Amino acid sequence: MNYPEKYRYTKEHEWVALEDGIATIGITHHAQSELGDIVYVDLPKPGASVEKGKTFGSVESVKAVSDIYAPVGGEVTEANDLLATKPEKLNEDPHGAAWLIRVRASNPEEFPHLMDAAEYQTYVGAES
Amino acid sequence: MIPSKVRRHLVQNEHLIFEQSSPGKKGYQLPALDVPEVDSVAALGAGNVRAAIEDFPEVSEVEVIRHFTRLSTWNYAIDLGMYPLGSCTMKYNPRINEAVARIEGLAWAHPYQPESLSQGAMEVTERLEQALLEITGLDAITLQPAAGAHGELTGILLVRAFLEAQGSPRKRILTPDSAHGTNPATAGIAGYEVRNIRSNDQGMIDLEELARAVDSDVAALMVTNPNTLGVFEENIVKAADILHAKGAMVYMDGANMNALVGIARPGDFGIDVMHLNLHKTFSTPHGGGGPGGGPVAVRKHLEPFLPVPRLRRLNDALTWDYDRPQSIGKVKAFYGNFGVLVRALAYIYAHGGPGLRNATVDAVLNANYLRHRLRPYFDLPYDRPNMHEVVFSDDRQAAKGVRTGDMAKRLIDYGFHPYTVSFPLIVHGALMIEPTETESKRELDQFVEAMIAIASEVDDEPQTVLTAPHMTRTTKVDEVTAARKPIVRWRPA
Repeated sequence: MNYPEKYRYTKEHEWVALEDGIATIGITHHAQSELGDIVYVDLPKPGASVEKGKTFGSVESVKAVSDIYAPVGGEVTEANDLLATKPEKLNEDPHGAAWLIRVRASNPEEFPHLMDAAEYQTYVGAES
Repeated sequence: MIPSKVRRHLVQNEHLIFEQSSPGKKGYQLPALDVPEVDSVAALGAGNVRAAIEDFPEVSEVEVIRHFTRLSTWNYAIDLGMYPLGSCTMKYNPRINEAVARIEGLAWAHPYQPESLSQGAMEVTERLEQALLEITGLDAITLQPAAGAHGELTGILLVRAFLEAQGSPRKRILTPDSAHGTNPATAGIAGYEVRNIRSNDQGMIDLEELARAVDSDVAALMVTNPNTLGVFEENIVKAADILHAKGAMVYMDGANMNALVGIARPGDFGIDVMHLNLHKTFSTPHGGGGPGGGPVAVRKHLEPFLPVPRLRRLNDALTWDYDRPQSIGKVKAFYGNFGVLVRALAYIYAHGGPGLRNATVDAVLNANYLRHRLRPYFDLPYDRPNMHEVVFSDDRQAAKGVRTGDMAKRLIDYGFHPYTVSFPLIVHGALMIEPTETESKRELDQFVEAMIAIASEVDDEPQTVLTAPHMTRTTKVDEVTAARKPIVRWRPA
């Protein structure tokens, strides 16, 4: 699987992309593949604040409900409405159209400390 | 191939009862009124009276009987064969329990009867309390909680109340990564943060990681012993010492007590508070959402906080004590699900001490037998003697594209209920198998044959497994569409 080079990754299998102080957050291909068919996505509303390392929502598949952890902290500016009606998009395009939330990052310096694509690929290789 | 345990059999098809309705049909006839008729609208007000119930099925008695009897034949049941889900979900319910629960004075006892007329029923609860205290090795117990997770919440609220009385409820509950999902959920509902403790490579709590995690903010560790891998936490005493040294407590989830009864007592290995699942270990009916029984046993220091009322013996009579200023209050109406308590006591008395111990030994023996017979065919991530259940992984079969859930569905074709799939989470693609004490070697061998046959199908004809079940009245249901676009009630066409 191709993990985009410009994203950063967490051990809990979220990805984050940073552009002009706005962090776009999603779950990785590996995460969706482990979860199986996703049937429901629970996300915070714009205006809510998320804290780095704390859970901000959950993804429900036919197998399990899994918490999603914020890779960076800040205020939610947008939640992906697409997932409310089409949760299956998260299986189809986890690194693109099925991003979860956008956050005004309160501490963008957290970003470089996360894993890069190569490190994440090694990490999931070791895990599976 | 049709396995030896099953054979195709006529299964009656059945419409919903609503679809069988014929307007005006009645299953009864009543004599003419011999009292003056009352106008219900005048008596109750028009807003409280309706002329008809929308879509109410109108059928005869025999149609009702046939409908539900046919539906009942569609079920797999513990009375038909082995449930590899084990005591965790359903073990055999001996009929003596039912006979005792139907004794008139117990079955028809009313919770509002005066105490003087309820002494027998109260003695049943007193004797059950005593038996469960002997089994757990703890000091006091409440029979009030109605289920396991309810017991957990009660137990953690006791921990919280005790710590609050000491000055601070503290902030955090620790759970191992092999924990039942209800443990972190309980901690969250009780107002605590949850921190996960990683298991070591033997599937047990990592003592070093635990020691690092325990500080004066930690209220308790919630632990299941044996844990969800079916492994006894050998270091439980040392783990308890680590918690106690910092003024924290150890909560034990008693879901797996089927492996300990009559052999080891949680009170002897450092547990402060625990729940029991009467509907698991003590063989009361389970499923369909209850009713269950989740008694909570505690060490002495937590006793003042137990729910009201407490059962007391006063001048030779039993009475309910509501004067408990430190109590967390009531957690359930009256004193729990009494019918469940009666069945649990019947089970305990029918076995006696030595019988309960034998049941435990047989449960552990059966699970170890299955581990030994199946280990050539399935990967065993934690390869050590287990207790009452054994956890394999689907790694070998997943390489052929077949996962634990697929093999579980195929098992239905062989005449067995599926085992637990994909739990515990720390085993990738888990197959958790718990036979319980009741299964004979013959039944276990049939199960083993079925599992071996499935393993060889995975090698030779994986499509057969992937598209299973084939012998059932419906094929594999579309779980994904059912979850994404649920239809939760019938409507007329």
